[in-house]
Amino acid sequence: MILTSLVDASRLQFALTAMFHWLFVPLTLGLGILIAIFETKYYKTNDESWKKLTQFWSRIFAINFACGVATGIILEFEFGTNWSNYSWFVGDIFGAPLAIEGIFAFFMESTFFAVMYFGWNKVSKGFHLLSTWLTAIGANLSAYWILTANAWMQHPIGVAFNPVTARNEMVDFWSIVFSPVTLSKFFHSVMSGFLVAAVVVIGVSCWYIKKKCNKEFAHRSIKYASVFGLISLLLLMITGHTSAVTVARTQPMKLAAMEGLYRGENGTPFVGFAILNPKKSYNNTEKPYIVNLSVPKALSFMVDSDFNSFVPGISDIIEGGYKYKTLDGEEKTAISFQEKVERGNMARRALALYGQYKDDPDTLKRNEILSQAKSYLDKNFEYFGYGFLKNPEESIPNVPLTFYSFRIMVMLGGYFMLFMLLCYFFCRKKVLEKKNWFLVLSIISVPLVYICAEAGWVVAEVGRQPWTIQDLLPVGASVSGVSANNVWTTLIIFAVLFTTLLIAELKIAFNQIKKGPEGITWN
Amino acid sequence: MEVGKSLWFIILIKLVIMFLILRLFFFKPELRHYKTEQQKATHVIENLTKQP
Repeated sequence: MILTSLVDASRLQFALTAMFHWLFVPLTLGLGILIAIFETKYYKTNDESWKKLTQFWSRIFAINFACGVATGIILEFEFGTNWSNYSWFVGDIFGAPLAIEGIFAFFMESTFFAVMYFGWNKVSKGFHLLSTWLTAIGANLSAYWILTANAWMQHPIGVAFNPVTARNEMVDFWSIVFSPVTLSKFFHSVMSGFLVAAVVVIGVSCWYIKKKCNKEFAHRSIKYASVFGLISLLLLMITGHTSAVTVARTQPMKLAAMEGLYRGENGTPFVGFAILNPKKSYNNTEKPYIVNLSVPKALSFMVDSDFNSFVPGISDIIEGGYKYKTLDGEEKTAISFQEKVERGNMARRALALYGQYKDDPDTLKRNEILSQAKSYLDKNFEYFGYGFLKNPEESIPNVPLTFYSFRIMVMLGGYFMLFMLLCYFFCRKKVLEKKNWFLVLSIISVPLVYICAEAGWVVAEVGRQPWTIQDLLPVGASVSGVSANNVWTTLIIFAVLFTTLLIAELKIAFNQIKKGPEGITWN
Repeated sequence: MEVGKSLWFIILIKLVIMFLILRLFFFKPELRHYKTEQQKATHVIENLTKQP
């Protein structure tokens, strides 16, 4: 029997590894593009000060890259050790995007990063610029393949389950790669990386202005970063909307948890701010919120472009019986939790029969049983994971964590929109130096943008619980039979390692920032 | 370059800890006890069907 503490320890370890990894990744994604823009400016103008500006931000990029590179590999170690059932079950699907990421995108990024960092005055200006762009594109392509794998777990399509090998096999590569969930997840995540980079560049530059040094350098950096940040924010809002639509179609329970919504209605409001009632559960009549500030009918409009559409709540999803649309636009009637459990159990029993009779020497009996088992499995496989759940509570994610993380992300997103508009305005009016409060705010905004980016991932990953693969495999069935103590040991080792790496990065980065851009006198 | 040396040092130490310590001694693949693909599949099927 798998102990709950093992599942909890494995989840905690995976969550901490992923969150640490995401501290390094977003800056790489966005700063790479910004550096490429700065260098393009240098290429066009031949102005040495643009070259020095590019080189300074390249050093910050290099520090972040060196500390962050390969931290994601720990996640792959964890798949094999702590999540062996999951790894085997999903192997063929997850393996392909990760392999493409490693062989193609990551090598591209690393190779051209070497030219970008060490190649100044050693290769032609044109080739150096090309290398910088390819480094930035490689980093973002890397993200695409990783997010393809993640999106598949949220919306498993393009596969067929093979009961002989107990693995999902890819039948439609392109439907996985270009699934609407993949596309919205990629663009939303990457744009959040762009926003992180813009805020970091603005924060560091405002620190220079406050210290009254490198002012020309700082103004130039802010001018480009604020436009970059504004464009990223606009795209973040658009992709945030498409993400909400795909979540509504594919993971209604996640959307309900994000909104703290227990009972849906025609014309469901969007909760701007609320304090959740801790006594509320799916099967009582308590009010869901203690305090609630909502925009009438807005959630229905956001997910269905219809002010009067029905958005199901947690209790509705458990009871079933409502109409909903799939991603393909097909209208269906939702079945209840109980029915999903029954169909999941049928699928599990069919798989057990398959395992039991697949080597039976009696060919006639074997073929008959396997054919029947395969038919049951195919009919019910989409609910396979429900066969592991015992009661409806197990199908509900942590509502407060999902709800408040979503609010933190959205509120900080709104704050950054205002921040970027002010930054752009002050920069254009050349009054930044006189706005001491804004300079301080810019520095404080650097940790805030990381909180915003991490909160987004908490919503995405906590909100999809209990599933490692949506509807097909819950976390409890995904873990290995390792001891919880082993998991705790590796958790502590990696926590120490990653914290050290983070401290090292911050220390080296702060030193470089204090030194400032070298080799040129800035005003 | 001073910062370059620090970064190479960090990368080296990190890779040594990750691949020579964590990977070799702590993160051993759970299915390594089974030699063939069929044995691994049977083990996973048992896990997926016998768990209450």
